Amino acid sequence: MSKKVNLETVLEEIQSTGTFENGDRPNANALEHEAIYIMREVAAQFERPVLLFSGGKDSITLVRLAQKAFWPAKIPFPLMHIDTGHNFPETIEFRDRLVKELGVELIVRNVQDSIDQGKVVEETGKYASRNILQTTTLLDAIEEFKFDACIGGARRDEEKARAKERIFSVRDDFGQWDEKNQRPELFDMLNGQIEMGQNVRVFPISNWTELDVWSYIQKEDIEIPSIYFAHKRNIFLRDGLIWSAEDDVVFRAEDEVVEERTVRFRTVGDMSCTAAVESYADTINKVVAEIRDSKISERGARIDDKRSEAAMEKRKQQGYF
Amino acid sequence: MEVLKIATAGSVDDGKSTLIGRLLYDTKSLTDDKLEAIEKTSKLKGYDYLDFSLATDGLVAEREQGITIDVAHIYFSTVSKSYIIADTPGHVEYTRNMVTGASTSQAAIILIDARKGVIEQTNRHFFINNLLRVKDVVVAINKMDLVDFSEERYNQIKSDFEQLMEKRDYEDQKITFIPVSALKGDNVVNHSENTPWYNGQTLLEHLEELDLQDIYNIGTPRFPVQHVIRPKTDDFHDFRGFAGKVYGGELNVGDEVVILPSMTKSRIKGIYFHDKKYKTAPRRSSVTITLEDEVNISRGDMLVKAGDLPIIDKQFTATVSWMDSEKLTTGGKYIVQHGINKVLAKVDSIEHKILPDYSGIEEGVEALGMNDIAQVKFRLNKPIFYDVFKSHRTNGSFILIDTRTNHTAGVGFIR
Repeated sequence: MSKKVNLETVLEEIQSTGTFENGDRPNANALEHEAIYIMREVAAQFERPVLLFSGGKDSITLVRLAQKAFWPAKIPFPLMHIDTGHNFPETIEFRDRLVKELGVELIVRNVQDSIDQGKVVEETGKYASRNILQTTTLLDAIEEFKFDACIGGARRDEEKARAKERIFSVRDDFGQWDEKNQRPELFDMLNGQIEMGQNVRVFPISNWTELDVWSYIQKEDIEIPSIYFAHKRNIFLRDGLIWSAEDDVVFRAEDEVVEERTVRFRTVGDMSCTAAVESYADTINKVVAEIRDSKISERGARIDDKRSEAAMEKRKQQGYF
Repeated sequence: MEVLKIATAGSVDDGKSTLIGRLLYDTKSLTDDKLEAIEKTSKLKGYDYLDFSLATDGLVAEREQGITIDVAHIYFSTVSKSYIIADTPGHVEYTRNMVTGASTSQAAIILIDARKGVIEQTNRHFFINNLLRVKDVVVAINKMDLVDFSEERYNQIKSDFEQLMEKRDYEDQKITFIPVSALKGDNVVNHSENTPWYNGQTLLEHLEELDLQDIYNIGTPRFPVQHVIRPKTDDFHDFRGFAGKVYGGELNVGDEVVILPSMTKSRIKGIYFHDKKYKTAPRRSSVTITLEDEVNISRGDMLVKAGDLPIIDKQFTATVSWMDSEKLTTGGKYIVQHGINKVLAKVDSIEHKILPDYSGIEEGVEALGMNDIAQVKFRLNKPIFYDVFKSHRTNGSFILIDTRTNHTAGVGFIR
């Protein structure tokens, strides 16, 4: 994913004096500078941070920002993927390649294991999803590795409850979010002081919108999984949404007819609750143009938020990301 | 793309959420599914108009009580700017949220209900924007539709507010009055036909024209070191970079700098942003700096330009806005987080409480409760490198952390 750093050029520049082929000053993307500042605060304030990596565009953006924050050193924390077992195969393939390129440690913990251990029970029926089950696996992993900070790619523009969450969001021993008792965040100052057993969820791209993320991916030329781009896929329609018919984990009733359409995914969560959108945007430029004109908000294609208006807030109180 | 953060302030029924909803609607920032949800809920509640406040009031408790109880962030963009609106509640016990929202904003909107005019709450809203030195303040006189778009009423409120302005201690603050109806959309994004007597800009026009360079408070460059980067790889064996964010002014390669607290002098050798080298580190950029000399620097140290030192001291007086249910008391011990630097502090004395509605001070106070604002004298266990808040918004502010709960219990502005 990373643009190859040309070591020779860099070394040459370090040794040279006075000339700057990159212009006088770095770009003025305030959101990027803010996110890098947050990444550095995490590395400095916590003993065992981890970056939660789903293979989606937001977490890929986080990885890029972490690279920038610590260059020329490596990213000073591991990545962790909570694998629902319902991931798009393209995402997993992409994940493994990226980790290899970066030379960072990847931890994978599986929702399937939590099911096998009897800690959670798989949902059944038409809207069955493993999205909620992830919480248990995540909390267990945090305890196993004693992580004190988990960096995530949530954004405030995604959803109303997220809009209130802090950049450093403290969770108790049970991973719970107490929305009425949040620490105020003033100026740039981030208070990461916690007690044993508590941990902090950190959201460096809190203030980015979906369009900001896509524009960044475009500008930085960051590679993302292929399912984000338009492709032909066997699908079926339910409740006005487009579902993939190519994967067993997506429940399909017998009377739901399969047809081929050109689609892409706007988010790459659990396959069983991530709908596709009809699109011919097969390049990053076309995707950015599409998002710019888009009239359906990103989470409109995630069925888990539609269960009730307070769906997200409830899940967060229980420790969901 | 430029990013403008705006704080909003208004009393419970002044229509703040409606104004934000209207901005989103008229800039076509509401997506179809959100709009649909608003239409559906408005209908269920039996309204004959669209209740835009539903676009922003996020938490269950808020929907139940019909008020906003915490800072929510709302995003929209135009061709020229990205906007982040901190929707801060105006109810009297929520001073802390307003202070929080204003601390990260460069502009503020104060709402006034045209029927009620300037009320005690308005004083508080203006006081806080004043205290936080928010450079651009819009006074939106709302619900003009309910006073028949009366020019006389508008002028009356404007002149009442202007009397308030005489009490402020921040002359450079720019204040603009706009008559609006958030519910009907007058002068929010589009010019109103109902106010032919008003020749000024609409709210959005005003925000669009704000020059961000101008409204960021300018001071002298301060560079607190967040993190020392030592890759120790073959290619960068001797690389020692100091990562941090530049505040107040800009730094350039070749600048002679002093490192605090050691007072060592050196010169800036390189400024990096990721893998590229630059000549200048602008204000608010997160860069990595290398120096000509091998200097021992760790997190919390500060780079400043030679001849431009901040104040280095173990005591100071600050205006404190208290945000915790546990009281601040004389003799109490707290952690002062000044930027990224943490020191232990003791409350020497509470000089006096400041009534946040410009009505004066209260002396002989022994403790501060939530939402109190006061002049407090602190002693520290080791010196910090600060400027007064008036001359440096970042290097002149700090937060107070309760050592038992780890909560952010208050914020201070050094005098």
